[in-house]
Amino acid sequence: MDIPTDTPPPPSHVEDAKPTTTEQKRAARGATRPGDRIFLALSRGSGITLLLIMAAVAAFLAYRASIALADNEGSFLTTFEWDPAGALHDGKPYFGIAVLVFGTIVSSIIALVIAVPVAIGIALFISHYAPRRLAAPIAFVIDLLAAVPSIVYGLWGALVVAPNLTGLYSWLDDYFGWTGIFEYQGGAPRSLMTVGILLAIMILPIITNVSREVFLQVPKMHEEAALALGATRWEVIRMSVLPFGRSGIISASMLGLGRALGETIAVATVLSPTFVIQASVLDYGGGTFAQNIASKFSEASEYGRDALIASGLVLFVITLLVNGAARLIIARRKEYSGANA
Amino acid sequence: MAKRIDVSGLNAYYGSHKAIEDISMTVEPRSVTAFIGPSGCGKSTFLRTLNRMHEVTPGGRVDGKVLLDGDDLYGSGVDPVNVRRTIGMVFQRPNPFPTMSIYDNVAAGLKLNGSYKKSELNDVVEKSLKGANLWNEVKDRLNKPGSGLSGGQQQRLCIARAIAVEPQVLLMDEPCSALDPISTLAIEDLIGELKERFTIVIVTHNMQQAARVSDRTAFFNLAAVGQPGKLIEIDETERIFSNPSVQATEDYISGRFG
Amino acid sequence: MSTTTVKPTGTPGGKPAPSELQRARLPRWAPYVIAVGSLAVGSGIGLAADLSSRLQWGLISAILFVGVSYFLAASVEGTRQAKDRLATSLVWVMFLLAVVPLASLIFETVQRGTKVFDGYFLSHSMGVVADDEPGGGIYHAIIGTLEQVGLACLIAVPIGLLTAIYLVEYGRGKLAKAVTFFVDVMTGIPSIVAGLFVLSFWILILGFDFSGWAGAMALSILMMPVVVRSTEEMLKLVPNELREASLALGVPKWRTILKVVLPTAIGGITTGVMLAVARIAGETAPVLLLVWTNPFINTDPFNGPQGSLPLYIYQQYASGTNAGYDRAWAAALALIAFIMILNLVARGIARWKAPKTGR
Repeated sequence: MDIPTDTPPPPSHVEDAKPTTTEQKRAARGATRPGDRIFLALSRGSGITLLLIMAAVAAFLAYRASIALADNEGSFLTTFEWDPAGALHDGKPYFGIAVLVFGTIVSSIIALVIAVPVAIGIALFISHYAPRRLAAPIAFVIDLLAAVPSIVYGLWGALVVAPNLTGLYSWLDDYFGWTGIFEYQGGAPRSLMTVGILLAIMILPIITNVSREVFLQVPKMHEEAALALGATRWEVIRMSVLPFGRSGIISASMLGLGRALGETIAVATVLSPTFVIQASVLDYGGGTFAQNIASKFSEASEYGRDALIASGLVLFVITLLVNGAARLIIARRKEYSGANA
Repeated sequence: MAKRIDVSGLNAYYGSHKAIEDISMTVEPRSVTAFIGPSGCGKSTFLRTLNRMHEVTPGGRVDGKVLLDGDDLYGSGVDPVNVRRTIGMVFQRPNPFPTMSIYDNVAAGLKLNGSYKKSELNDVVEKSLKGANLWNEVKDRLNKPGSGLSGGQQQRLCIARAIAVEPQVLLMDEPCSALDPISTLAIEDLIGELKERFTIVIVTHNMQQAARVSDRTAFFNLAAVGQPGKLIEIDETERIFSNPSVQATEDYISGRFG
Repeated sequence: MSTTTVKPTGTPGGKPAPSELQRARLPRWAPYVIAVGSLAVGSGIGLAADLSSRLQWGLISAILFVGVSYFLAASVEGTRQAKDRLATSLVWVMFLLAVVPLASLIFETVQRGTKVFDGYFLSHSMGVVADDEPGGGIYHAIIGTLEQVGLACLIAVPIGLLTAIYLVEYGRGKLAKAVTFFVDVMTGIPSIVAGLFVLSFWILILGFDFSGWAGAMALSILMMPVVVRSTEEMLKLVPNELREASLALGVPKWRTILKVVLPTAIGGITTGVMLAVARIAGETAPVLLLVWTNPFINTDPFNGPQGSLPLYIYQQYASGTNAGYDRAWAAALALIAFIMILNLVARGIARWKAPKTGR
């Protein structure tokens, strides 16, 4: 990683050479006429609006969350209950996100474990294996997969996929039930595992598309170097494509993770939630941040909504970190490959 | 360790476009054969048909015969992977594997072909780097990435990588065009040494280079843009540059066109 | 394993090797035969073991295919080639794995959705229909979705367009970098968080009622980054020579952008906006939080709860009745059809209006 990254910006807009005062700045950008000034103000204002919206999202969520947290009798991070109305605690609000953290992480990990290898496979299929005439239609199919709304995924997951999983779950229970993780007591298969499978299908397109882009960027000369040594197609991929694409795959997976963490309605449709942490991923139960908000919202009081907002704030921060990190990796990669290309 | 190549009636295509037409020639073992000619005359394409790299390009296809000591590269049952393993190649721009160390770059081809003892590998890496006149410059930093070397060093690393698998033939596609004069000289000296062990074919834009390094020279030309490239003549380098038998060759050599 | 000597030794099978370049290979038709064979055996095992789900049959066949190809190749062609074949068959299996869900989803939606999907369904609301009785339709939901998406566009498209123009035509320095970064991050905001945000300030703090407008605000937050990204890409494709030619004629920069740059990129920008619309039209979570729901027809997005197509699917599903399921599938069919048509038209425009300089 000791490639110099401070490459100069492309010289397309050189007119902007270190202006000092605002007047000079304006002159340098050609914004001296009223029309230009208004237009610049409008467009820059829009950019600033976008930043303000992001700040406002954080601020308002934090404000309402603080209202809820001030009266919470439970520990927000470690309490295993969700009882903002205090029905079980003499009217005192008692809630925490431990169960949601667990369920969100488990379902997202299952989704990643399934989706990443499949997505890399499909990306390689499009970039290196498919007959050239097939590559474009396949990429289109993947885009269609991305265009299906999550509620339709939910409906399909609950009414088509889940009923088909009982057999597989019983089989897993027979052979791997002893681990505890794959214990299955035979209820409706609306479990974190089912959610994970569905999420995997939903995040497949984004991981595939980002990885495919990276694989297509691998310089021909690196692939030819391997080929000329007498490498088979797989060896070419192992020697030159995968090492070059590693950071791209990582950031693609993180973008997928961000999606999986925040997916709401498909999870709410498929999961039979219970507010407990259990070892088995095959038995129904558990919950995720987003699903909990959607499921509890309509019956919640105003205070209950603030409690849900508090959990939403945590989700916001987590997805922000995951997506931010993914974008930083991509940005660094761009400079890296630019220096080499 | 070095084999003869006999080409007869070879055509190569990109999709429906014919890039080279009806080429027949013999490349002698343990000698350097240079391909010269104007841009687009198909000399690089022809070079890439000699180790079946041409068909890697989308739409690339070949007909005709290329015999390596009598075995047809394009015969049935021939595995292109084995062909490329037997006929090594060095490219225009140095292309060491960017994520691998110098050591791993040289050992890459060997590792593909099976498991080796560490000591065996060490021997081959040292021998190959010495063979590429690079050993003294890199022996203290074998575990550093190959991309940290200078352009000329990288190209010699690529040559070391190619000769490490002991190929029969070494193809070089304008190996010096991306290098400065001093590095170019180093590579040219190296080519002179390598021809003791390998059959070498080199494509070059630089006629002085062809004159300096090669024993035989082939001149390629094309009738017009969009027409397929053809072999005009092949002969002893000395004769090509002093007294070619075809007028077009003389015109090209003396700089009258191209 | 087998042949791992320094020199290639030709065929490992013991047949006389005519040339070291040759190698015993599986015949060209081998993968197809193995595929058909594994499918047959997989189904056979499925039948014999009485496995309930076709999913398992498919998985068994896939595993058989990958395994048999590997071992056949390993015995005939050698380990390296076997690994190559293993990778190839795995990649094919992965691809099929992705096609199966899409095919199943579309098939099931069409099959189950057409049951109650007709003119009546499209032109009636759920006003007086109980959960468990058949009848009713999605008219109110279509109206709600169209209005909410339309309003979201009214907010998001101008802001998105102008931000993209700022980034491409003006933006240098820290502000532009920050905007670029946060636009990227914003694409990753979960839709439910956008919903919670509007909920907290519009409904909880300012005290307004649930309405289509509240939903539209949340949808616009989800739409903005998509519009910015796609517009930015399109503006970058406009060649600099065009801008310079116009500026050199003495045309002010803002008129250059409006009259030269935007018209050149308009096809791609339209495509981007339509794809963004397709994305938010299927969003359920923010609508659930902000529009509430309304089985009656409410054409005023600024007053009181409305219906919405994705929300309709969710609620009909949640009713847990057969009539509800039928309506949910029919509505899903309508929603998918709407989104797919948007996608196809958007791509059509992109192809038709593609800048000739691109690529």
